[in-house]
Amino acid sequence: MRQICPIFKREFLGYFRSPVAYVFLIVFLFASVGLAFFAGGFFKGGVATLESYFVFHPWLFLFLVPAAGMRLWSEEKRAGTVELLFTLPITTLEAVLGKFAAAWAFLSIAILLSFPMALTLGYLGAPDWGVIISGYAGSILMAAGYLGVCSLMSALTKNQVISFVLSVFVCVLLVLLGTSMFSGFLTGFLGLPVGVSDLIANFSFLTHFDAFTKGIIDPKDLIFFVSLTALTLFLNVVALER
Amino acid sequence: MIEVKGLVKTYGAKRAVDGITFSVKRGDILGFLGPNGAGKSTTMKMITGFLRPDAGTATVDGVNVVDDPVAVKQKLGYLPESAPAYPEMTVEEFLGFIAEVRGFRATDAKQAQVDRAIKLTHLGPVRHQTIETLSKGFKQRVGFAQALLHDPAVLVLDEPTDGLDPNQKNEVRTLIKNMAVEKAVILSTHILEEVDAICNRVIIISQGRVVADETPAQLRARKPGARIDEIFRTLTHGDI
Repeated sequence: MRQICPIFKREFLGYFRSPVAYVFLIVFLFASVGLAFFAGGFFKGGVATLESYFVFHPWLFLFLVPAAGMRLWSEEKRAGTVELLFTLPITTLEAVLGKFAAAWAFLSIAILLSFPMALTLGYLGAPDWGVIISGYAGSILMAAGYLGVCSLMSALTKNQVISFVLSVFVCVLLVLLGTSMFSGFLTGFLGLPVGVSDLIANFSFLTHFDAFTKGIIDPKDLIFFVSLTALTLFLNVVALER
Repeated sequence: MIEVKGLVKTYGAKRAVDGITFSVKRGDILGFLGPNGAGKSTTMKMITGFLRPDAGTATVDGVNVVDDPVAVKQKLGYLPESAPAYPEMTVEEFLGFIAEVRGFRATDAKQAQVDRAIKLTHLGPVRHQTIETLSKGFKQRVGFAQALLHDPAVLVLDEPTDGLDPNQKNEVRTLIKNMAVEKAVILSTHILEEVDAICNRVIIISQGRVVADETPAQLRARKPGARIDEIFRTLTHGDI
């Protein structure tokens, strides 16, 4: 596992060696903060909370996490560097974990860069810091889930466009499962019992992220994101060793 | 150092490598010859642990590649065909990364290995340039530097002189020749004169099979007076 370190370092610094990091960070901040202000009514609400910022994350991640994750393996495959990487003395698992950790750290930075909003709240009012921290924790954890999916999709193809489209598609599915529209469709149109539609909704990012934004860290939500990430990374290793 | 026994690799319906067997001793420079698509690169990829053979074994220094790929990869230096490298990194950053993965974590040990590799391959003038800005010859040398960095006992070089100008080719050949005394080297090429210039053994493969395994002198003795490419053509006519 010692070999994760150089892989992580190369991959993480790789974002900053190209314009990717700067373009991504700026667009992410504009989109996430902009949505909080203009669509979420961050100021208008008159409440010292970041809920209007976090509530858009599942939708924002739908496009931005695949954008950050699509290159993970596709680019290595297209450039042929995958042959170099896998003839160095590392295991596939180490390579997968190192790359994943680098992309996750990068996304975490993008999320945490909204900290001036939290500081503003502290200056203007008396926010509940526990709720804010659990919001950030939930958002970063959810990013891991999205990223696991994207890393897996990226390992399946050497074409970054295909990798992006597949990632968005799977993530959209994982979000929509939790919307009331979808569960209404299941119970109303397909006539499934409410228990079944609840069960399906349990596989959605929305269902599990919601509690975090309200300051509740529920073990079952934690387990959902951790096990989703672990499962996708395991499949990622399988896909690469195939 | 390298023992290859009955290696087989099939892509779909095509058998790219069909039961190749040979061995390479310390001090050998083995020239791996064959027409394009004969299975040279595939064989090398199986020896280096990048591809898993469908049948047969490849062992490096007594270790089977399939059983312990990481141990084999530690012993090997490998230059893949067309020398892939991360284009956005500078030569020094890239070699630094390789050094770290190869276990040279302390700053000065890492720097010493990088400096040595840069010196051996004459990359000094471009060490702070990003790899995407380099000419093909320099890129090839970066790949070479990466393979040599940890001073491996076994070198596998897939077309090491491809894309180099005559002077650079000559330089790479001298480099390989000087190093080979205490190493086992396999190099693939389709330049026949290269074999004459540096190799002490030749293997010719055609349609995934070994059709000749001898010294360059023996190869030439097959048809006295004939040019080496005529002998090559006779041996590999099945590929056309």
